Amino acid sequence: MIRASVRWLDRRTGTGPLVRSGLRYVFPDNWSFLLGEVALYAFMVLVVTGIYLVFFFQDSTATTTYHGAYGPLDGQQVSLAYQSVLDISFSVRAGLLIRQTHHWAADVFLAAIVLHLLRVFFTGAFRPPRTLTYYLGLTMLTFSLLEGYLGYSLGDDLLSGIGLAIGYGVALSVPFVGANLASLIWGGPFPGTSAFWPRIYIIHVLVLPVLIGTLLVAHLALVAARHHTQFRESSRHTERRIIGVPAFPGQAPRSLALMFAVFAVLFLLGGLVQVNPVWLWGPYHVGLSTNGAQPDWYLGWLIGALRLVPGFDVVIDRRTVIPNPFWGGVLFPGIVFGLLFLWPTLERRFTRDRASHNLLQRPRENPWRTAIGTALLAWVFLVFMAGSADRVDVLFGLDYAEQISVYRIAIWVIPLIVLLVTRRICTELQAADRVASVRRSALHSPKAGPKRGS
Amino acid sequence: MSRYALIVSVLALATVPAASAASGPPPVGIVEASSGAGLYAANCSSCHGPGGEGILPPGRPGVGDLVGEGPSLRNVGAATVDFYLRSGYMPLANPHIQPWQSRVLLTNREIKKLVAYVSSFGHGPPIPHPDPASGSLPAGYALFTENCAGCHQVAAEGGYVTGARVPPLDGLTDVEVAEAVRTGPYVMPKFTPQAISNAQLNSIIRYVDYVQHPQDPGGWSIGRIGPVPEGLVAWLIGAALLVAFCRVVGRRARYE
Amino acid sequence: MSRRRIGLLARLAKALELEPASIDEPAERGRILPEAPKEPGAELVVIVLLLLASCCAAGFIAVFADSRIPHATQFLGLSLGLAFGFLAAALVVIARCLVVTEELTHDYPPEEHQEAERELEQLFDESRERFTRRRLLVATSALTGTAMGAALLAPVVSFGPVFDLSAFVETPWFRGRRLVGDDGAPLKASAIQEADFYTAYPEGADREQLAAPLVLVRLPGSAIHLPSGRSGWAPGGILAYSKICTHAACAISLYRTPTFPAVEPGPALVCPCHYSTFDPATGGTVLFGPAGRPLPQLPLEVDSDGVLRATGNFSGPVGPSWWGIRSRKPT
Repeated sequence: MIRASVRWLDRRTGTGPLVRSGLRYVFPDNWSFLLGEVALYAFMVLVVTGIYLVFFFQDSTATTTYHGAYGPLDGQQVSLAYQSVLDISFSVRAGLLIRQTHHWAADVFLAAIVLHLLRVFFTGAFRPPRTLTYYLGLTMLTFSLLEGYLGYSLGDDLLSGIGLAIGYGVALSVPFVGANLASLIWGGPFPGTSAFWPRIYIIHVLVLPVLIGTLLVAHLALVAARHHTQFRESSRHTERRIIGVPAFPGQAPRSLALMFAVFAVLFLLGGLVQVNPVWLWGPYHVGLSTNGAQPDWYLGWLIGALRLVPGFDVVIDRRTVIPNPFWGGVLFPGIVFGLLFLWPTLERRFTRDRASHNLLQRPRENPWRTAIGTALLAWVFLVFMAGSADRVDVLFGLDYAEQISVYRIAIWVIPLIVLLVTRRICTELQAADRVASVRRSALHSPKAGPKRGS
Repeated sequence: MSRYALIVSVLALATVPAASAASGPPPVGIVEASSGAGLYAANCSSCHGPGGEGILPPGRPGVGDLVGEGPSLRNVGAATVDFYLRSGYMPLANPHIQPWQSRVLLTNREIKKLVAYVSSFGHGPPIPHPDPASGSLPAGYALFTENCAGCHQVAAEGGYVTGARVPPLDGLTDVEVAEAVRTGPYVMPKFTPQAISNAQLNSIIRYVDYVQHPQDPGGWSIGRIGPVPEGLVAWLIGAALLVAFCRVVGRRARYE
Repeated sequence: MSRRRIGLLARLAKALELEPASIDEPAERGRILPEAPKEPGAELVVIVLLLLASCCAAGFIAVFADSRIPHATQFLGLSLGLAFGFLAAALVVIARCLVVTEELTHDYPPEEHQEAERELEQLFDESRERFTRRRLLVATSALTGTAMGAALLAPVVSFGPVFDLSAFVETPWFRGRRLVGDDGAPLKASAIQEADFYTAYPEGADREQLAAPLVLVRLPGSAIHLPSGRSGWAPGGILAYSKICTHAACAISLYRTPTFPAVEPGPALVCPCHYSTFDPATGGTVLFGPAGRPLPQLPLEVDSDGVLRATGNFSGPVGPSWWGIRSRKPT
C-alpha cells in the first residue's frame, strides 16, 4: 500500500527525489531547537480554534438587551460582540472549551516564541547566513503581539475595553501626528465609529493571520534551505558538516509527539483552567473601569512602563510635543525591538566577524552578547514586574508608591549589575572549560608519563 | 534536576515571609469592663477622647512610642461603630496605619454595649437591615461596577487606591456590607441613600453575595482578577510542561 | 472445530497482528536503515496508549452528546486533552523504542553559489547595455514609484478624519445642559453630600463618548482653592470633573475621602489603570502618577429646581494629551 502511494505521488507531482531528500533531511536534535516547533503547533491550534470562533462571533458594537444564559447580566445593555462571546461561552456546546483553548494557545504561543528568541539570541543563531530568518521571526513576534491584543479586545468586555482606551492614549502620544494617527485608526476620537470594530476584527481574523502565516512559511523555508545550526559537541561537528537525526524515521515521531503534546496541554488548560471570564468583567462602557485591570501577560511590560514614568508632558509654547504615554508606550518597546533588530548588525560591527556560521556558540563563549542580552532581559523583566506592583501591595502590604520609587532606580541599577555579573560568570565558565579540556587531553594523550602513585 | 529543586525551594522559602506580611496589623488586646462606658473608657478613650470628641495631632502620648489620635465619634451612628468593631478595624494600635480586618477580641455582648454607648454621642445612621433577596442581581452587578469596582475590583477581589489597600469582600455579612457603604470606613466614600437607595443597596449586596461564589464554568478560577494569574499559569504550567516535553523528546548537548 | 474455522481464525489473528509478524528478506540493494532489535513489549505499550487515546476521544464525543453532564467544559477539555496526551505518549514510545534513531552526517549547503551569482551579474549588466541615460531613467522611475505609491495609499486617509481634528475637542456640554444620573433622572445638588462620589452624564446626549461622563464630589468651601477664573464653578462646594483620565483615557472610578483628615490622605480622584491621582480641591491638579495634565473641570450651577446644570464647557479638552490639547478650547 505504501509502495502504491509513493508511486501515485511521484507520477503526479514528480517530487520523488524531493521527498527522498526531505525525509532524510538531517536535524540536530537538541531539545532547545524544538521551542520554535512548540510555537508553530500552538499557532496551528490558534488557527483551527479561531476558525471555529469566527462562525459564532459578531463583530458589531451595536447595542442590544441581553437575555441570554448568564443570569447576572439579564436586561443589561451590551454590544452584539459581547453578547456573541457570552453565547459562545454559555450556549454553544464546547464553545467555552474552544474559546478558552484559543486564549491559552495565544498565551503559550507567545511564551514559546520568547523562549525560542532567547535560545536563538544567546546561541548566536541569528548570525549570517540566518539574519533574514531572524528578521522574519522578529517581525512575526511584533505582529503576534498586536494579534493577541486585538484578539482579546474583540470581546468588548470591561477589561479589554480599558486596554483599548489605553491603546488610544498611547497612539495619541506619538509626537506631532498622534491624534491624526488615532483618528485614522478609530475613525475619529475614541471610541470611534461603528466601523472600528469590523476593522479590528478583519485585521485579527484575516490580515494578521495571513501575514504571520506567510512569514512563517518563509521562515521555515529559510531554516530548511540553510539547514539548522548545531552546537559544537565534538570535533566531528564543524561549520561544513551537520550531524543529526533524519526527518524520517527518526525525527518524525518526535515532532508528531511534540505536536500532540502541545495540543494536549492547550486543550487541558482550555477545559480545566478558566481564562478571561468576560461574564465576570461585564460589558465595556466609556464611563466605567475596574481596579486590577491588566493586559495579557505579553503586554505587561508596557503597563509597567506606563506606570513608572513620572507625570509630565513635554510642552513647548502650548504645543504638547511629547505626551506622557509616549515614553512607556512607544519609546520603550521601540528601544527593545530596535535593539533586537539591530543586534546582528551591531554585533558584526563590534566583533568584526562577518563570516557565516553554522555552529552555535554556547552562551559562555560570547560573554559580551550573553551579558548585554541578560541585562536587557533584566531591564524588561523589572519593568514587567513593576506593572504588578499594585497586586503586590494588595497581597503583601508593600506600599505601591514606595515600590514605584524603588523600581525607578532598580530598572537602571540592577541591569548594570546583571551585566557585570553575567560577564564574569561567562569568563569564569570558559576558564573552567579550558582547564577541563587540558586535563582531558593530558589524560588521553599517548605521551602521558606513568600515572602518579603507581 | 537538583538545580531545579534548589531554585524551586528558594522561591518557596521566599514566599513565606511575604505571606505572613499579608495579614495586616496585629490585634490589640482588650480591657474587659462590664458597661459600655467602661469598655469605652478602657479601650477607646485614649485615642477618641473621653467624650468621643476626638483627639487631633500632635495627640496625647501614651505607652511606649504610641500617640493617641483619633477622629471624633460624635454623630457617627450605630452603623459605624458596629462595622468598625465587628470587622476588627478597631481597636487600632497605631492611628497612622490603615485599619484592616483582624481578629475580633470583643464578644458580641461587649460590641452591643459599645455600640449603644458610642451611638449615644449624637445622632447617626442606625444599624441597617438589608434584604438582598429583594434586590435584583443584574441591577446589583451594574451598580457595583459603576460605584464599587474601581476600588474593590469588579469581582470584589480587592485592590489598591493611592495610599491605601482596598480589601476583598469575601467573608463579610450582608449587614457589614451595608454598614460599610453607608459609613465609608477609612478612605472609602460614604454613599448616602440619595446616592444609593436602600433598594439599590439590597441589589448591590445581593451581587456581593453572589460574586463570592460565582459561576466558574471555565474551570479553576485562579483568583478572578484576570491576566496576572493567567500569565503565571501560561508560563509555570503551560510553557513549563512543554519545555519538559521538549527535554524528553530531544536530547541535551553533550560536549566532548 | 472444523478446519475451515481454524483457518479463518488464524487469518483474522494474522490480520489483526495479535502475533508479531515474521521478518521479510531485505532487497538485494544495501540497507538504508541499520538493523535494530524488535521490541514487542514497546509495541504493546503503544497499543495500550492508542487504545486509551481512542477511549478518551470516544469519551469526548459522549460528553459532547449528553447535555445533562455538569461541568461540561472541564470534561470535554479533559477527554480531548488526554486523548492527545496518550497519542503523544504513544509516539514518544515509538520514537524511543520502535524507530531507529540514526546519527547521520550531511554537508551544510554552500555559503554561496559564485558561478550562478556571476552569471546573474553578467545577465543584468548586459541587459542594461541598450540604455544610455541610466541615471535619468532611474530617477524618473523613482519619481513614478513614489507618486504611484502615494496615489495608491491616498484612500487610506478616508479611514478617519485625518486632518480635521475638531471632533477631538467637541463635548456634549453647553451652558444650561442638565446633569443626569446613571438612571437618566436629573441630578439634584442635594443628592451629593460630602464624602459621596457620583457619576453623571449630559441629559439627552450619547454617553459613549469621552467627554460625556462626569465625576462629582462635594467638599467644604473652605477646603476648595480653584485656579483663578473659576470662581462660582463649584456651587455649594460641588465639583464636577471629567471622568476620563488625562493620561490614557480610563474612567476615573476611585474616590479617596478621609474619615480622619488629620492623619489620612486627603480627598483625591484616582484612576485604576496607572494610579494617576487628582486633587478635586485645587482644580484637578495631579498629585501622583503619570498623568501630565490636570483633570478638566466643568462649571456648575444649581437651577431653581435644585437640579445641577453646566454653565459652560470644560476648563480644557477632555482625554489623553495630544499635540493641540493645550492650544485648543473645548467646543
